[in-house]
Amino acid sequence: MAEYEIIHEKSPVFYERYERKNELQHQTHYCPGCGHGVAHKLIAEAIEELGLQERTIFVSPVGCSVFAYYYFNVGNIQAAHGRAPAAATGIKRACPDKIVISYQGDGDLAAIGTAEIVHAANRGEKITVFFINNAIYGMTGGQMAPTTMVGQASTTSPWGRRPANEGFPLHVSEMLATLEAPVYIERVALSDNKNIMKARKAVRKALELQRDGAGFSLVEILSPCPTIWKKDPVEARKWVAEKMIPVFPLGVFRDRKVEIPRIDVPQKTVAEALELCETPGQRLAPHHHGKPCTIKVAGFGGQGVLLMGIVLAEMGMREGLEVSWLPSYGPEMRSGSAHCHVCLAKERIGSPLVAHPEVLVAMNEQSLRKFAPTVAPGGLILYNRDSLPPDFAVSHARVMCLPASEIADKLGSAKVANVIMLGALLEETECMSPETAMTVIGQMVRKPELLKLNGEALHAGRVFVDHQVRVGAVSQPDGFAY
Amino acid sequence: MRQLCKGNVAVVKGAVLAGCRAYYGYPITPASEIAEYAALYIPEVGGTFVQAESEVASINMVYGAASTGVRVMTASSGPGLSLMQEGISYLCGSELPCVIVDVVRGGPGLGNIAPEQSDYFAMVKGGGHGNYHNLVLAPASVQEMADLTMLAFDLADRYRNPVIVLTDGFVGQMMEPIELQVSEVNPPEKPWAVKGTPETQNNLISSIYLEPDDLEKHERKLEQKYKLAQMLETRLETYMTDDAEILLVGYGIVSRVLRSAVDEARAQGLRAGLLRPITLWPFPSKALAETAARCKTVLTVEMSTGQMVEDVRLAINGKVPVELYSRIGGNVPSVEEVHARMLECAGAEV
Ligand SMILES: Cc1ncc(C[n+]2csc(CCOP(=O)(O)OP(=O)(O)O)c2C)c(N)n1
Ligand code: SF4
Repeated sequence: MAEYEIIHEKSPVFYERYERKNELQHQTHYCPGCGHGVAHKLIAEAIEELGLQERTIFVSPVGCSVFAYYYFNVGNIQAAHGRAPAAATGIKRACPDKIVISYQGDGDLAAIGTAEIVHAANRGEKITVFFINNAIYGMTGGQMAPTTMVGQASTTSPWGRRPANEGFPLHVSEMLATLEAPVYIERVALSDNKNIMKARKAVRKALELQRDGAGFSLVEILSPCPTIWKKDPVEARKWVAEKMIPVFPLGVFRDRKVEIPRIDVPQKTVAEALELCETPGQRLAPHHHGKPCTIKVAGFGGQGVLLMGIVLAEMGMREGLEVSWLPSYGPEMRSGSAHCHVCLAKERIGSPLVAHPEVLVAMNEQSLRKFAPTVAPGGLILYNRDSLPPDFAVSHARVMCLPASEIADKLGSAKVANVIMLGALLEETECMSPETAMTVIGQMVRKPELLKLNGEALHAGRVFVDHQVRVGAVSQPDGFAY
Repeated sequence: MRQLCKGNVAVVKGAVLAGCRAYYGYPITPASEIAEYAALYIPEVGGTFVQAESEVASINMVYGAASTGVRVMTASSGPGLSLMQEGISYLCGSELPCVIVDVVRGGPGLGNIAPEQSDYFAMVKGGGHGNYHNLVLAPASVQEMADLTMLAFDLADRYRNPVIVLTDGFVGQMMEPIELQVSEVNPPEKPWAVKGTPETQNNLISSIYLEPDDLEKHERKLEQKYKLAQMLETRLETYMTDDAEILLVGYGIVSRVLRSAVDEARAQGLRAGLLRPITLWPFPSKALAETAARCKTVLTVEMSTGQMVEDVRLAINGKVPVELYSRIGGNVPSVEEVHARMLECAGAEV
């Protein structure tokens, strides 16, 4: 039996002595007749034959093979239960030219780690997975595995696996073969020498494919666990042949070259990628020094409420102010309303929340009703209508009604209502200069015709203020900054 | 050059500047921009971005990449961090450096997406199994989102340990001007890493020590490392504490409100001061105890039902009364509320 001899000869991919073991450093910790030992040998041989030892990184799982790193003289990483394919993904993506092996039992791979294996396979990670299916949990003492067969007893399926209670055994190779990306999936068995030779070939092929950069490969290895099965090594092998193979048929489930379309990302320097290169428009506005102000802009999503706040903050920054912008976010936005807080200050800003804005821009009635009462005494409310709702009065703040949406429609786009409001705000409060506004908008709007429209909108807002009649509170309460 | 930037985006910029070239993550509000901008920036500078199938997978991808010695990160919010706890424990046990950002949202369970500070226990005290600590940094501005992320990478490498940037929905979502510069990054050598090279062939990344004596030795080694971090790495900021009668303590977004509250109180003649921990672990207990000793009352303000306040009380050890003002559910304490609470505390003192 020549093959038998090969299996017993120690590959140089194994350590001379297993010094990471505490005792019995000349032998493995696996039970006599255990499939893990055989699988290890097949893998070590293949690594050796393909000359991959120096660049292999082996990820061991949680299970009886948790100590695979005792034996393999390669780079070793031990991963959490079921997570080896995720760890292997992290490794392979960080070191694409290395050979990354994920070695996993059936509890590890097919129960707790189901999501990780499916998605690593589906992404076509260029790793090789050796999946030891022994139809049982070895390490923890014989509990049911997802691959435990119908009727097979375990400590947690004492009457035998009952499909009505535990479902059916999971066929991992068949399942993964339904995916697009994998290049090679085969199921082999350590049942007899002939099948072991087939297993040997499959192991080698899987690693060869990885060496050639082909894609995701997996070899499922039906493997004896004599100890838990309560059989001697010979009976256990026979059991693999007679009981397991009929349920888990051997064969190649996937063997094809997969041409995965590549989209290459244009490469940039760090400064370019992070947009840290200064453009002329980003410089400080030379002649203007903004005035401190707290502003709330509120309205429907789509009215450019958040953007108007960003423009104000960006302007403040260029006019040498400290600024902050804080948006509402999440479901509130989805349900259609949005608001943001803008602080413009001379000093470092404490709270970025504007509980009592000096200026409220209310783009719709809902925002007016919600936020008008919070406006600071003597503050200013800009309302996007030609008059207040009849049942609504404000006595503590000045109100300016301007139908920005209507004016915007006349200009040609409802979208510039926010810019009209901005023009009005700047004209009325003089907190910052309209030129700065145009510089900032010019950076955001590239199309000349749109930029022109924005300029007209800003102008329209300013002109409206010059001509408008004030409504609402008439008195100018003390302390109003403008 | 100053640029207006969102907190979450600043995290990614800081990470790229710190040499992070690997990001593995899963989307969640209010942290998603971190994944989105990592997906944009990191591949452009030659790095790798993978959207994982879950936070369980992303933290284990981080584990794998960290094992090879690259600078790697992930980010999420509470529910995702809950799923990452197993991986964080493994990262600590295997002594792997990485940066994890928690943009905290509200609640237990699905809660909501508004800001809270309710992940303090989970991040600062652990949350995963076993004897370990995360180093935890708490930015309070967009600039600090970038700066502390950069610092996090250095600390992670120095201590071979995960470093958490613990922030919240507001700091993540807000925009402020920041200044960033490209400079050369020199991460330390990592001779322990497994790189798939002949020199690193004998290396092993693992957290398993079957023999009690071996595990005790390993955990004592971690303990020593954590003691060193406690000696060297506490960071804090104080504001007007020299003559303060009432000391406010808060971190992150709350510290911003408290700063305004100090100004407000001072304007009305109440001598208030602020101590803001920047490192939540190690907690600046010594500095806090010293500062508090000069005050009459300490008021801790938190967007939780009282998590950090336990560390404040431990530090002060009964020497000065410690009060708590808490808002939760996404409500952020207002300056007025804090002021009113301060007056109560001060009144109680007189
Ligand atoms: C999160 C977690 N849950 C449970 C365990 C306990 N555990 C260790 S190994 C194992 C099952 C191993 O079975 P399998 O993957 O089939 O490997 P085998 O031991 O049979 O080789 C379990 C449940 C663990 N280590 N971690
Ligand atoms: S329990 Fe089973 S799988 Fe584990 S070492 Fe023994 S024979 Fe092998």
